[in-house]
Amino acid sequence: MPVHIIVAIKQVMDPEIPPSAFTIAENAKEVVSPSNIPPVINGYDEQAIEAALRIKETVEEATITVVSIGSNFSLDVMKKPLSMGADELILVDTGDIGNDPDSNIAAYLLTSAIRKIGSFDLILCGRQASDWDNAQVPVGVASMLKVPIITVGRKVEITAKNVRVERVLPNGYELVESNLPAVVTLSSELGEPRYPTLRGIMAATKKQPILWSLNDLSIDEDLPTSNLTINTITTPEKQNECTIIEGENGQEAGKNLALKLREAKLI
Amino acid sequence: MANCQNILVIGELTEGSLSSTTKELLTVGRNLADSLQEDLNVVLLGENLSQYTSDLLFFGTDTIYLAQHSLLEDYQDDLYVEAITQLAASTNPRSILLGKTLTGKELGPRLAFKLGTSLLQDCIHLAIDTNKNLVGKRPIYGGNALAEITHIGTPQLAIVRPKTIEVSVQEQKGKGNINEYVPELSDSMIQARTIEKVDEPVSGVRLEDARIVVSGGRGLGGPEPFRDLEDLASLLGGATGASRAACDAGWIPSSYQVGLTGKTITPDLYITVGISGASQHMAGCSGAKIIVSINKDSEANIFKDSAFGVVGDWKEVLPGFIDQIKSMTNAS
Ligand SMILES: Cc1cc2nc3c(=O)[nH]c(=O)nc-3n(C[C@H](O)[C@H](O)[C@H](O)COP(=O)(O)OP(=O)(O)OC[C@H]3O[C@@H](n4cnc5c(N)ncnc54)[C@H](O)[C@@H]3O)c2cc1C
Repeated sequence: MPVHIIVAIKQVMDPEIPPSAFTIAENAKEVVSPSNIPPVINGYDEQAIEAALRIKETVEEATITVVSIGSNFSLDVMKKPLSMGADELILVDTGDIGNDPDSNIAAYLLTSAIRKIGSFDLILCGRQASDWDNAQVPVGVASMLKVPIITVGRKVEITAKNVRVERVLPNGYELVESNLPAVVTLSSELGEPRYPTLRGIMAATKKQPILWSLNDLSIDEDLPTSNLTINTITTPEKQNECTIIEGENGQEAGKNLALKLREAKLI
Repeated sequence: MANCQNILVIGELTEGSLSSTTKELLTVGRNLADSLQEDLNVVLLGENLSQYTSDLLFFGTDTIYLAQHSLLEDYQDDLYVEAITQLAASTNPRSILLGKTLTGKELGPRLAFKLGTSLLQDCIHLAIDTNKNLVGKRPIYGGNALAEITHIGTPQLAIVRPKTIEVSVQEQKGKGNINEYVPELSDSMIQARTIEKVDEPVSGVRLEDARIVVSGGRGLGGPEPFRDLEDLASLLGGATGASRAACDAGWIPSSYQVGLTGKTITPDLYITVGISGASQHMAGCSGAKIIVSINKDSEANIFKDSAFGVVGDWKEVLPGFIDQIKSMTNAS
């Protein structure tokens, strides 16, 4: 039996944009993506893709379906999983409702998309998205699909019936096991995701992402109501005076810094 | 069980006593309960819990629930969620508060979905509005922005970031009821089982407890310079830390990572070398009293949070700095 792995990914604003490019809408209720800096696939989600590809290398036959819910997709950015080696990519344009601050909504939409995809053995996600850092959608998906979830993994292995995950702990790791199907979230400790090879890029040009809209999800009246409302979004103010310690050369500056810290009784 | 409106704190024990995060939650919980004129309750889960009740009373708790069961001795997601769900069903809390701790991070989202409600994640401030709803302030986009959000569901769950609330012991005692209960649990409720735990111990002072921390980042360029930082840290009686970039590069284990997805530190003195000061890094060290930075880029963000800095190449600055500290520590 071929293994079917679904990887859920999210398009986010590049978390490395300079603070000066970070802007908030005039209504003070949303963050505006800068038009001159392309979005990225959430970093941990790339680790989830990498984990899926590593599993694919160890089993006889596996299919990897990558799915994303969101809006204003950048196809150039979102096609990356295909060039990394994923088999199929489904982008579900859910318009604005996918941006609700309540993770219940996104979890519900993603679950609906996964139900439409059909059967699966394993769902892999990033541990959290770098925009809202909620770390909730994967838990919601597991709960709605009534399957186990193991979070913050750095290594994932599957057998015929089980998944084994090394979960990152503050000073080490724990080995956790559950039945399949299951949801597993991945962390950066898994290691760098692979770069697409030229062959991968060539192969990906032949594959087109499958585009779905909200209508394709047969959303019914159980769409959860949002329990969270945004009052304001603001940028934190920083008012700090940094005293720059000088010296004739670097060595001297370092020495002067130590003297200054002693004078301030910090060391 | 009492069925009046209340705020429920999920308590945690660390090394045989009430965790500092639990004290923070009780402090903020008491304030919220006072503004609602409702009860502040707390639940502890485990075995042999009655020894902790006297500590809990200092924080003005009204009812202390002790969920005792042999299956709760070690933390396990599914069983803890089940035990708390049973308590919530019989006590109808208006709001449930958890800490953003190793266990709180797991429990919060699971509980929210199990209870059919939503979760205010990573709050650094909580208040009650005129409609008696919970309002949380939380960093988003790694700390680049701050969102104020109102919870209108029931119950209203919130996770609170540790070390953002000043603990205060209450003059006025709460009702001080103690309610021991045995949740209905069975081994078959466990969906994901821990097979083994592997400690990768760190030598020296614990990062989270250190009074002085010296951290290195991508600017160090490789693993070797971390030996210098470790020497410096031990000279100062402190601990070594790192940015995620340095950990991801494999220069130092990820247990050294400071930041949003690493450790939260609150030292008196935080020295950074070759760290740019990304908001996700600062999220883990904004509680440091004084930040001192060495970075070759005068425009680096880290200087916005630093009290003292040297603009220069660490390869030149650090030796001078370390030599001077050596001679001062030898002299004194
Ligand atoms: C969801 C998410 C979670 C994250 N969690 C964390 C986290 O927990 N902790 C964390 O640290 N990061 C985290 N990050 C990453 C964060 O955004 C930054 O990428 C990271 O902190 C950068 O590390 P750095 O400062 O070491 O590297 P860089 O940003 O590359 O900075 C290197 C600095 O070194 C300086 N430098 C270079 N050479 C020299 C020299 N010779 N002498 C002196 N200075 C020099 C440069 O001027 C530069 O300022 C997270 C990111 C995301 C998206």
